[in-house]
Amino acid sequence: MKILVCISNVPDTTSKINFTDGNTKFDTNGVQFVINPNDEFGLTRAMWFKEKQGATVHVASVGGSSAEPTIRKALAIGADEAIRVDAEPTDGYFVAQQLAAVVKNGGYDLIIAGRESIDYNGGMVPGMLATLLDMNFVNTCINIEVDGNNVKAMREIDGGKEKIETTLPLVIGGQKGLVEESDLRIPNMRGIMMARKKALNVVAPIDAIAATTDIKFEQPAPKGAVKLVDADNVGELVNLLHNEAKVI
Amino acid sequence: MSVLVYTESENGKFKKNAFEAASYAYEVAQQLGTTATAISINANENESLGNYGITKVLNVSNDKLSTFNAKAYANIIAEAAKNEGAKVIVVSSSSDTKFLAPLLATKLEAGMVSNVVAAPESTSPFIVKRTVFSNKGFAHTQINTEIKLIAVSNNAFGLVENTTSTTVEDFSPTVSDADFSTKSTEIDKVVGKATIADADIVVSGGRGLKGPENWGMIEELADVLGAATACSKPVSDMGWRPHSEHVGQTGKPVASNLYIAIGISGAIQHLAGVSASKTKVVINTDPEAPFFKAADYGIVGDAFEVVPKLIEKLKEFKAQNA
Repeated sequence: MKILVCISNVPDTTSKINFTDGNTKFDTNGVQFVINPNDEFGLTRAMWFKEKQGATVHVASVGGSSAEPTIRKALAIGADEAIRVDAEPTDGYFVAQQLAAVVKNGGYDLIIAGRESIDYNGGMVPGMLATLLDMNFVNTCINIEVDGNNVKAMREIDGGKEKIETTLPLVIGGQKGLVEESDLRIPNMRGIMMARKKALNVVAPIDAIAATTDIKFEQPAPKGAVKLVDADNVGELVNLLHNEAKVI
Repeated sequence: MSVLVYTESENGKFKKNAFEAASYAYEVAQQLGTTATAISINANENESLGNYGITKVLNVSNDKLSTFNAKAYANIIAEAAKNEGAKVIVVSSSSDTKFLAPLLATKLEAGMVSNVVAAPESTSPFIVKRTVFSNKGFAHTQINTEIKLIAVSNNAFGLVENTTSTTVEDFSPTVSDADFSTKSTEIDKVVGKATIADADIVVSGGRGLKGPENWGMIEELADVLGAATACSKPVSDMGWRPHSEHVGQTGKPVASNLYIAIGISGAIQHLAGVSASKTKVVINTDPEAPFFKAADYGIVGDAFEVVPKLIEKLKEFKAQNA
């Protein structure tokens, strides 16, 4: 089985978000970048397929050279090879078209992407990729088992979960549940050394359009001060929620 | 040309987000000087969409579609969009519509924008406001394609009533067996309880509750309020509560009217995930907990003392207002 894990290079979850250039760009100053958490759960599940079922695992990312430390981290975790499409990931449709070209060239059976990136939250790349490639697709995937060409998967739905049966080739939009937080791997020295020798192929982007363009950004309005209620006067909270906030 | 909205239903009943999406579609139609048409699948009471400005409903009745199937549903909505010559398609943000929307966008070669929180600020060029960076910011996003797909956030644009008369037409799209190459075999779902995705009120517990055995009072508080229960990331990581309850940046987003955080300190990732909620309440022993900076109302106190009192007061309140 040949697996492609699509990874996005995103600000660490603890990042404060600021904008620059007249609020037209995300300010990367002082921001630490990481593998998108939803992608990392998928990458870790891919390592399981590599170790238990002999799968080959490649990672692909669309981004400039600044994304390479994040891609190297995926190699240090255990991916065999990496592909970087040398283009700014302008919007979901653009990224999906680039990744579709990577999949067509590489002949992958299973494509694992995160259900959404934690930067732009579009949640569209996995589904668009599956449609462009005419492959089966399972979104918000929290478990996947592969036996030959047959796939049993679990999907998180509002208020529960759903068992799904399908076949390869398949795209999944992954998230926590594919593996647990405690299963995530911190690259060790050997992994980091080996990652330096692994292939990181830089490919030119294909001609594709960005269907959307972010014109301007803004920060949320500052929050007013909290109204404190005394712990001995809980009835006052009920009163405020009813008469002031009007939510009960 | 009209605006097309997919109005989602469950067991024949429209979800609240269907009416929100319909309200949004009507607003877009007004801006474009056209009408709003809905497409519904196996729904009853299609006329009720007329309360939200929908003048025509395309109703699909097909037993093959009794269980959600993203590919089949996306194909049907795409066919309806083509028939109607729709240039703008509106969907909600449930787990099912998030599943089908990117398929639909690709089929229609439509530029798609997710997490939209307000009516278009301009229709030429077409610009909408959406949340980005897990609610830590907003973007004003222009859609460059002729056909546009807008996924509206839950509980953001809201319900806007506009009564109009509605005609319901049967719509019988082609449903191909190939769409079912991904098939649902079992659904395990809480019934009769509010879910985090569509609850008006969410009650959430954190590490301050000390252990899973103490969740009884969280559930009781949720019951009194008709709320969904949720939890912080550490609680789900430790296995005290199921993943499906984890809210925050890497968990589920919350956009309820009221979010009550109990024993949750308020890490930046948690606050991002719940910040779309309209009113936030925190109950925590530590007055320095970051959640107090993000909350509207707070009680500095021990959850084990405050929550039972709150339950009691809410019961009294409900008895008086019943």
